[in-house]
Parts: sequence; C-alpha cells; structure tokens
Amino acid sequence: MKFNSAFRQWSSLLVLSGALTAGTVQAQSDASECIAPAKPGGGYDLTCRLAANSLQETGLIDKPMMVSYMPGGIGAVAYNHVNGVRNDDPNLIVAASTGAAVNLALGKFGQYDADEVRWLGALGADYGAIVVKADAPWQNLEELMKDLETQPGKIVFGAGGTVGSQDWMKAALIAKAADISPRDLRYVAFEGGGESLAALLGDHIQVFTGDMSELRPHLESGKVRVLASLSEERLGGPYADIPTAAEQGYDVQWPIWRGYYMGPDVSDEAYQAWVDKLKTLSEKEKFAELREARGLFPMSRFGDDFDSYVKEQVAQFKQLAEEVGLTQ
Amino acid sequence: MFDFLIDGFGVALTPLNLGLAFLGAVLGTLFGALPGIGPINGIAILMPLAYTLGLPAESALILLAGVYTGAEYGGRMSSILLNVPGDAGAVMTTLDGHPLAKKGLAGPALGLSAVSSFVGATIAIIGLTLFAPLLAEVAVMFGPAEFFALMIFAFASMSVMMGKDPIKTAIGAVLGVMIAMVGVDSGTGVLRYTFGMAELYDGIDFVVMIIGLFAISEILLMLEHANRNDANDEIPPLGRVMVSLKEVLYCKWTMLRCGLIGFIVGVLPGTGASVAGAVAYTTEKRISDKDGTFGTGDMRGLAAPEAANNASAAGSFVPMLTLGIPGSGTTAVLLGALMLYNITPGPMMFSERPEVAGGLIASLYIGNVVLLALNLPLAGLFAKVLTIPRWVLVPGIAILAFTGVYQLHSDLMAIYLMLIIGVFGYLLRKLGFSLAPVILGYVLGGLMEDNLRRALSISGGDVGILWQSGISLGLWIAAALLLVLPWLLPKLLFRKSLDGA
Repeated sequence: MKFNSAFRQWSSLLVLSGALTAGTVQAQSDASECIAPAKPGGGYDLTCRLAANSLQETGLIDKPMMVSYMPGGIGAVAYNHVNGVRNDDPNLIVAASTGAAVNLALGKFGQYDADEVRWLGALGADYGAIVVKADAPWQNLEELMKDLETQPGKIVFGAGGTVGSQDWMKAALIAKAADISPRDLRYVAFEGGGESLAALLGDHIQVFTGDMSELRPHLESGKVRVLASLSEERLGGPYADIPTAAEQGYDVQWPIWRGYYMGPDVSDEAYQAWVDKLKTLSEKEKFAELREARGLFPMSRFGDDFDSYVKEQVAQFKQLAEEVGLTQ
Repeated sequence: MFDFLIDGFGVALTPLNLGLAFLGAVLGTLFGALPGIGPINGIAILMPLAYTLGLPAESALILLAGVYTGAEYGGRMSSILLNVPGDAGAVMTTLDGHPLAKKGLAGPALGLSAVSSFVGATIAIIGLTLFAPLLAEVAVMFGPAEFFALMIFAFASMSVMMGKDPIKTAIGAVLGVMIAMVGVDSGTGVLRYTFGMAELYDGIDFVVMIIGLFAISEILLMLEHANRNDANDEIPPLGRVMVSLKEVLYCKWTMLRCGLIGFIVGVLPGTGASVAGAVAYTTEKRISDKDGTFGTGDMRGLAAPEAANNASAAGSFVPMLTLGIPGSGTTAVLLGALMLYNITPGPMMFSERPEVAGGLIASLYIGNVVLLALNLPLAGLFAKVLTIPRWVLVPGIAILAFTGVYQLHSDLMAIYLMLIIGVFGYLLRKLGFSLAPVILGYVLGGLMEDNLRRALSISGGDVGILWQSGISLGLWIAAALLLVLPWLLPKLLFRKSLDGA
C-alpha cells in the first residue's frame, strides 16, 4: 500500500494529539489519585490540588498525585462511582466539602447516604460572609436584620447556588435568625460567586451571601462592605476588621470545610495510613503557606473525629431542610 | 495615562516572556483544535505547572493568556476542515467554513479566519486598553432582566437563519431549548428530566453536546458514504493555499463590525464566545447577505464569527481586570491563578501591580501577532488534513472524540450520552435539519431561562421588571424591529415606488 506524505504527517500528529488527551486519562495503578468531583478550576479542583501539591512538596508522597475530574451533581456522580465501582481502592481519595454534606442531607446523592464512605479528614476551611454594596444603607448586620424583619420582600439575596444549596443555606439561616421563614426570602440563584458579585455591584440584588476567600480581592477596592463573617471568631489578616455574626447578636455560623473521603471497603490499614499522612501534613509549616495561598483558613479534623463531624452536620442539615420544607 | 502599557511592553518583551507567549500561543492553538479540550481545560492543566515551575506572576499570566487567545484561533480548524467545532466559540464557524473547504478553498478559509481572528482580537484589545474602566461600569448594569431581553434579541436575530425551511429551523431551536432544560432547576433546586441519574443533575454538558451533535453525527455520515462510490466521496481538490488580499478586503467591514459586536458581548459577564459568534453571524447575515450565499461558503459568513469569538475572548478581560469579576468561564479560572499569586484583580491592580496588568495587556497584543504569523503560513499544511483518506480520518476523529469526552468526565455515562446525542444529530441531519439552530437554542435557551427565573425571583413574580430599565426596553424594541422590519420594509418601499409613479 502506498502512503502519501500528507497522510504520514497527519497520522503522526493525530497519534500525538490522541496520546496527549489519552495521557491525562491514563491512570497509574501505583500512584495515588484525587478525584475532584467537578470541572477543572472550581473549589473541588482547589481541594485536590491542595493535597496533591502539599503532599508532594513536603515529601510525604514520592510519586505525584494525579488529579482527575468527575463532574456531575455537585459531587453525586463521584460519590456513586466510589461507592459502586472503586469502592476498595487504597490509593484513591475524593474531594468533598460542606456542599456535599448539604446534598447528602437532601438525599441528592442517590441511593447512598453519609454512612457509606470513609470520611478521611479536612485540611482547610472557608467561611460564609454577608456582603452588601459599599453605598448600601446598612452599616452593620443589625441594621440589615431590622429592615429585613419589617420588609422581607424588599431585600433581595443572591449567591452562586440554587435553593437548597450551601450558598442558599447561608441566606436561609440569616432569615431564620431574623424570624423570617426562609420560604418568604427573596433569593436569586446565580452561576457562581462572580456573577452574584456583578449583580450586587449593579444593584440587581442587595445582599450577597458569599464566601470569605473569594472576597479577598474586593476588600480593598472599596466597592463592597462585608457586614459579617459567619465564623466562630474573627478571622485574621486582611479580615481582622470584619465582625462575626455572633458578635452582633446573631448566632449564625457557616464554615465550609474542604476535605476528603475514601471508598467504603478500603482496608483499615490504608485508611489509617492516609489519616496519618494528612495529620502529619497539617502540622508542617510549609503546608500553612500553601493553604493560605489558596485562601483557606486552618481546620484540622481527621479520622473518627472528622467522620463524626460530617455525620453530625448531615443530620443537622436534614433537620433544617425539614423545617423549611425542602426535603422531597 | 498609558505608562502602564509602556512598562507592560517592557515586561512582555523580555526573552522569557516572549518565549512563554509563543509557547502559550502554540499550546493554545493545539488545545483549541482538539475537540473536548477548550481554553478552560488548557489553562487548568497548565496553571499548576506554571506555579510549580516558579514562574513570576506576570510570566504565568502571559503564558495562560496566550493559551486562551490561542485556543480561540485553534477552535476554527476542525470547524472548517471537518465540520466539527473545536470549542464553544467555533460552532458558527462551521456554517460557512466547512462549505468553503468542500469547494477546495480550505487553505484560503483557514487564512481568512486567521486574519479575521487577528482583526477581531485587535479591536477588542484596543477597546480594553482605552475604555476598560468605563465599560466595566456599564457591564454591571446588565442584570437578569437585561440579559433576558438580550436573549430575546438574540433569538429574534436568529430568525434570519430560518432560510428556506423556517419550520425545521424553529423545531431545531426548540429541541435545543428542551435539551437545555435537563438538570437541576437553577431557581428551586428541583431535578428536571434526570430520570434519577446523577450524571444528568448538571444538565447535558456543552462539550458532550457539541462533540456528539457534530463529531459523532459527522462520523456516522462518513461511514454511511464509505460504501458508496458517489461523487461526494471524492477528496475535494486542494486549490491554492493562501488567502488573497482581495478576499480579505472583501470582508473588511464584516471583520470590523463583528469584532465590535464580539467585544461588547465579551465584556458582559455571563455571556461568552458562543453567544458572540451567534449574534455576530446572524447580524452579519442580515446586513450583508443580499444574494443568499451565507451558509453555502461565503467568506463573510466565515469572517463574522471568527472576528467575534476572538474579540469576546479579549473583551472578557475587561470585567476581570477592572472589577475582579470573571467575564467568562475561562477568565474565572485565570482569576483563580491570580489569587494563587496573591494578586488582587480590580482597579487597584493597575496601580499596585502595573507590571502584571500592563504585561498582560501587552502580551495580548504580542500573542495576537504571534498567532497571526503562526497561522497564516501553516494554513496550507493544515488544509492537507482533507487529503487524509477516510479510513484513517474517521477512526482518528472517533479517538479524539472519545478520549476528549472521557478525560473531561472520567465517566462512561458521558460517552453513552455523547453517542446518543450523536445518533440523534445524525437523524436530524438525514431529515434535513441544520444543527446550528439546535446548538443555539441549547446555549441561548439555557441562559434565557436562568435569567428569566432570576429576574422574576428579584421582583417576586412581577413580569414588569423585564422591561423596566432603559437597556432592556431598547433591546425589546430592537428585537421587535428585527422581526417586523424585513416583512414591513418591502411593503413600505413598494408603496413609495407606487406613489412615485
């Protein structure tokens, strides 16, 4: 058979590009892997990269950890995959966050609940924030809450998740603290924090219930005002001037932990080895630097401690969802 | 006032940064050309690499911006050559690009699209340099109600694509809107048309949709023709490879107009290259298509979406650099990269880190020249892809389609979904439907619904909000004129000529 030259050039290019795409797919059997249950670039990607980069840089793993993506249902697809297919892979960890706990509570992860997987630990946390525009009439949380009590229909909340998502939960908890049914709240679901912030700056919504780390670029710009941080105590660094909600008399906290879980049938030894690895990592100085670079605050819960924390949280969310009539 | 830009060129012209701009342009072109890997994935793959290599912030950003603009150049290649859009912005490029390749004008088509991309991007970068802070203020005035009106306008402008079979176009668009409805309802969080499958919670992914609809259906069509020896099966002649100056000048107004349209759409947060391409193509068809040659391989029909999608890529930097708000999915990832370097995007960035802001803008100018210089001479080489025999080409496209979708989802369900959509697309094409209205319905329909729902949750269900602001009112009127004028105008003119007689 006679090959023409164009075919030769092009077939080699095709093979090369095929190999390039296939290369990112190829799983290495002995190296560890972190599944980010989302598209590249989001919070889950960040969670996986935090583990992959810091474990590598502190020398706790010798081979680079592979990060792969499995988007779908805010983590539901990956949760089903780990429970059904790779249920005993000792080298696989999956990124999770408060958002996953909310969806587990709402039964949106299909047939599986929070008791199925082995919760490994959390390496960092972010906190909810109540944000208004710089020229808004409210100087502190109390003023906002008073107005909200008298005219709930006039103040529109917005954030980057649907009703029932963790972003909405923040708004719902604030409403509850002002004795307003979350169902009467005007809430607009945007696609991500960026769009919500744009809507806030354009006066389309009045209150944005975002996350602290995504607000850091905007603290100095003078365009927005953060009325409250939904953390247990005041956060340090550039956030030191922001009062907590509790300080202002409203007991609302919303930590967004960033952690990992493993398959249900992973052996105790493999599970314990990962718990130890993450624990050691969290105590290293270099790790604190890497964590801060990603805008995350300290949080260290590992093994059984983390396991019970997540299960307790899911139970709490379940109760809250029932109160506001969210469960199907 | 332009000190930052002069400093920026100083930064961008250092050998390291120039090399990185070049590398980014080449890699971006490759990422854009491969179906399944778009600019977002390209940047997400390279970002950790740049960080680990210890590149300074401005160098990393220059590399990543090169990838972004390069991908918009690369996306057109498979659109023109194979009728398979390489990324989201290149969907409309298939409409006239592929017919041109079939006529044996693949080389000139690739060359012209490179020039249009360059012109569109240049218009946008100049706009970015001169008006960024001003435009950012206007962009945030677009709220849900304004976006809804914008989508109505976009659908109204689509009516020019009705062509000879308006019913099929309308059915196609409605099918697209229906596909966009799958997934978690953005307002209430209720699951729609998911049949209990977690894989469908997020809706049908854009990449799965375009690869299935275009690539798989194309493969099926090729297979169908493989056993026949009809004239269609012959490899089209490879005519001349360079675009002529005459052809470029023929499209000059198209490029300028569509570059401007693309820039404006790009500046708005939440609308990206796919919307820019669609609005530009339909507008241009309305303005220039006097002989009904659009869709059959008209050079202007190719120049329009290409100028627009590159312009929108540069335009989406406006809200990112001035407000710290991403104007597209890709700039959202870039924003993450900036945060990693502890840099605060926003107006402060120009005063605090001028080398980053200026370097980035300067590198956009340079990257664009690099891309033009790279793409023009290579057009002839790339055009040779058409001479590959079908028995090699079909499996090749299939491999790229399958690996592309799998690396994005790591999940077999996405592959099945792609195949189902592919068969669906094949049937539509056999029945004489055009795929463009389907994909437009899918993109615009989703945006339209989301924004309608948002607007109504702001107003508490009062539809009045949809035409309250001046911007939305203007868009409604423009949409109404688009629909009524083509029908009314000939009648008025006819009456006038009667009166004259």
